[in-house]
Formats: sequence, structure tokens, C-alpha cells
Amino acid sequence: MPLVSVESLSYNYNSQPILENVSFDIEEGDFLGIIGPNGAGKTTLFHCMLGLLNSYSGRISIMNEDIKKSKEMFKTIGYIPQKKSIDQKFPITVQELVSLSLTRKTPKNVVFEILKQVSLYNMKNKIIGQLSGGQQQRVLIAKALVNKPTILMLDEPTNELDQKSQNDFYFLLKELNEKNKITIVWTSHDMDAVNKYANKVSCINKRMFFHGDKRDFFSSENHLKNYSESTMQIHMHEHNI
Amino acid sequence: MFEVDIFSYGFVQRALISGLIIAITCSIIGIFLVLKRQSLFGDAISHMAFGGIAIGMYLNFYPIWTAMGFSIVAALAIAKIRQSTKLPSDSMIAVMLSLGLGIGVTLVSLSDGFSVDMFGFLFGSILLVSPEDIYPIIIVAIIVVSITIVYYKKFVYIAFNEDQAKISGIEVEKLNYIFTILVAITIIVSMKLVGILLISSLIVIPNITALLFNSGFKKTLLISLSLSTFSVFAGVVLSYYYNLAPSGLIVLLSASGFIIAFLLKYSIVK
Repeated sequence: MPLVSVESLSYNYNSQPILENVSFDIEEGDFLGIIGPNGAGKTTLFHCMLGLLNSYSGRISIMNEDIKKSKEMFKTIGYIPQKKSIDQKFPITVQELVSLSLTRKTPKNVVFEILKQVSLYNMKNKIIGQLSGGQQQRVLIAKALVNKPTILMLDEPTNELDQKSQNDFYFLLKELNEKNKITIVWTSHDMDAVNKYANKVSCINKRMFFHGDKRDFFSSENHLKNYSESTMQIHMHEHNI
Repeated sequence: MFEVDIFSYGFVQRALISGLIIAITCSIIGIFLVLKRQSLFGDAISHMAFGGIAIGMYLNFYPIWTAMGFSIVAALAIAKIRQSTKLPSDSMIAVMLSLGLGIGVTLVSLSDGFSVDMFGFLFGSILLVSPEDIYPIIIVAIIVVSITIVYYKKFVYIAFNEDQAKISGIEVEKLNYIFTILVAITIIVSMKLVGILLISSLIVIPNITALLFNSGFKKTLLISLSLSTFSVFAGVVLSYYYNLAPSGLIVLLSASGFIIAFLLKYSIVK
């Protein structure tokens, strides 16, 4: 049974199709990179899967439950939005932010243990806006880890990060995937990173061009050609060429 | 020059007790409004309250109740429109603000101009607070503080990122409505003290001043509480000695705190 199942998902905004008939499954333990150019519908796909957008057609189920019928399964998902959605002026320390996820039953030292795991323990008293982009993403991951998520969904997490921060970040994700057995799904337009770290690839540009093993995608000139052509079409459309 | 026994006067005691409670309540409500970029929300509600008071006075009905009903309905309407349409919330606030003022001014003109009571509501009369006025203030403060303590983490999370809060299972819409009602009742009980036109400043100024210190959430709230209680305390005492309008003085002291903190921060940074 797949962990997440997306069946014939279509979503329009102002009568314009953003997603068309997208179907794919996410299996437990996947390290799935969703690639696509800017404007391909990656964030919209995430928002549908997370229940933030409801006016789609098709069916999305998580752990075999339709997300339109039950919201309970969202508690097993950790969502890390794009960095631009973090208010850089918000007055909150790293420890305060991570502690927001604590419930009455969770021991308080969990926060410190998780901060050590994501290498942020020494920065626990820093304000979120004082951290680098990579560190901010780690804080949000730490916050998600408090609830012991089954899936981590990250929306273009390495945008604006330098190469070293990107490598460190993916190393952390790999560790969470392998040691903590957390299924990782992230969107990106960085083909190299997806090729290097993912075990599965979804290639999306409004429609799903490919979903499967990354070796099958990157070894097929046909798939890469399809992806490049669709990227070029979006570029030409955006620039009225 | 100063009389030592000023605090033995009943009206000063009542002004200080009610003023300090209002300062605490407004600071708590205000930090969430400021962080949600809804600083003018308090203004919209207080102006709707003005319309409600005018209706009450015109109909010879106890104006606090009409103001209360009017403000809560307006606050919930803004929250509903914000959540279910794509209309910008700041423009909805502008509509409500103008609507309240429009209703108020029209009804006041129908009743042959402003009465003394109306002036009290507009500009506040903290030194005229009666013992009976203090009870609703205490009750509202207890409600606001208790609900904020119960939902503290959720309110902070919603202010930080509403979408993430929603995904993590927080009932964002329900809590936004609850918070909206807290704002409305806080403003209603506060307006007799600091006035409809000035209440918003007690909600906003101490909090934006506290934000200049770049601290964590709890410290920011603590700084805001300190500044607002100091402004109210000093405002009441100084207004007694210098025979000045206390509400105006409270706002001026609070704004001075902001200007000093602003200058200190940016001159140090440079």
C-alpha cells in the first residue's frame, strides 16, 4: 500500500490549468525529488497534497485515507515551505519555535536532542531572522521532527543556499531518510541535486512527464529531452517568444 | 512639588488599576495583531464601536451594548471576508473603519451634535472611572489572559505561519474567530478609558517598540507589557499634576518610548 496516492489530480486557477491529470504514488522510505521548471505547478501540487487547496478534481489519499474526508493524517506530515514564506522579522528564538510543536506528553528535552541532531543546539537562543537560509530550513525541520513525522515535504528547500549549505542540507535529509526512516519528498529545479540524492524522480510540468526510479529517468535521453522541451516551452510562454 | 498621597485618592486608584489592566490586555492582544500585519484592525473595531455608541445614544439604549454588538459583528465580518475571499484584509479594515465613522457622524448630526458622553467615548476619561466600570475590565482581562495562556502556542504558530499551522492540525479558522472576539471585547472595555481614537495606539505602539529590541517572543511581550504599563502609570500621574488629558499623555509617553528606542537602535547600528 503506498504511503501517498495521487490519482488524476487536476487543478485550475482563474480557468487556467495549473495541474492536469497528475497521478503518482509515494512509497514508504522514498527519497523523492519532484523536478520541474518555475511555474510547473510543484508548489500547487504540494498545497493540494497538504489540504491547503481543496478545489481540485481527482483523489489524494495519505495512508489510504482521502484527505478531503479526514485531516488526521496531516499530523504525520512535516511541511517545510519555501524560505520566502518565513517572516524574517518575527520575534522568536530557535528554541521557542521548535517548542511550539511540543505537546503536554512530549518530554521537554526532546527539543534539545533534536536541535543537536540538526546541529543547531548552540544557536537555540538566536532569533530566526538572524540565521542563514540553510539554518532556517534546519529549524523548520527540527520543529517538524518533534512530532515524529512519517513524511517530510520540502518546497524548494535549497533555493538561495550556497553549495556547501546545500550539501550539508541534503546530507541531513539523507540521514533522516536512512536513520529515522522518514520518507522525504522535495521539489526542486536543480536536476544535479535530484540526480545525486534522490532514489525516485517525478518530473512535472503541469502534467506528470515521468515518475519512477531516478536511474531510469537520467539514463533516458528521451525523458531528458521531453523535460528540456517542456521547460523551454514554459520559458517561451512566459517571455512571449 | 508632588503630593505624596495622590495614590490615596479613590479616583486615582481606580484610574491606575483599570489603566494598568487595560495596558496589559492591549499589549497581549496587540502583539498578535502587529505580527499578523493587522495593526489597523483595532482602529477598524474602535470606529465601528463609535457607530455602535451613536446608535445606542440615538435609540436611548445603553450604548456600550450596541457598541459591543456592532464591534463583534464587524470584527467577525472582517475575519470571515479575510478567510474566504481574496480581498486584501487592509482594504476591508478601511471599509469598516469608514463605515463605523460614517454611521456615527450621521447619527450624531441627527441628535443635534456631540454630547458630553460622546466626547468621553471619543477621547477617554480614565480619571472618571467608577467602581462599577472596573468589573467588566477585570472580567475581560481574565478572559483574554486565560484564553491566551490556553492557546498560546497555537496563537504564536498562526501568527508565524498560518498555512503551516493549518497543516499541523491547528483549527486556524476557529482560533482566528476566537481571537477576533477577544480584540473586540478588549476595545469595548478600553475605550471609555483611553478613547475610541486612541485605543489603537495602546495596542500597537508598545509592541512595535518591543520589536525593535529583536528578542524572542516572550521577551518581546515582556518589553511591550513594561512599556505600556509604564506609559499608563506615568500618564495618569502626570496628567493629575499638570492637568492634562490622561489618554493623550499616555499615547505621547508610549510614542516617546518608540522614538527613543528607534533612535537608539538605528544610531547604534550605524
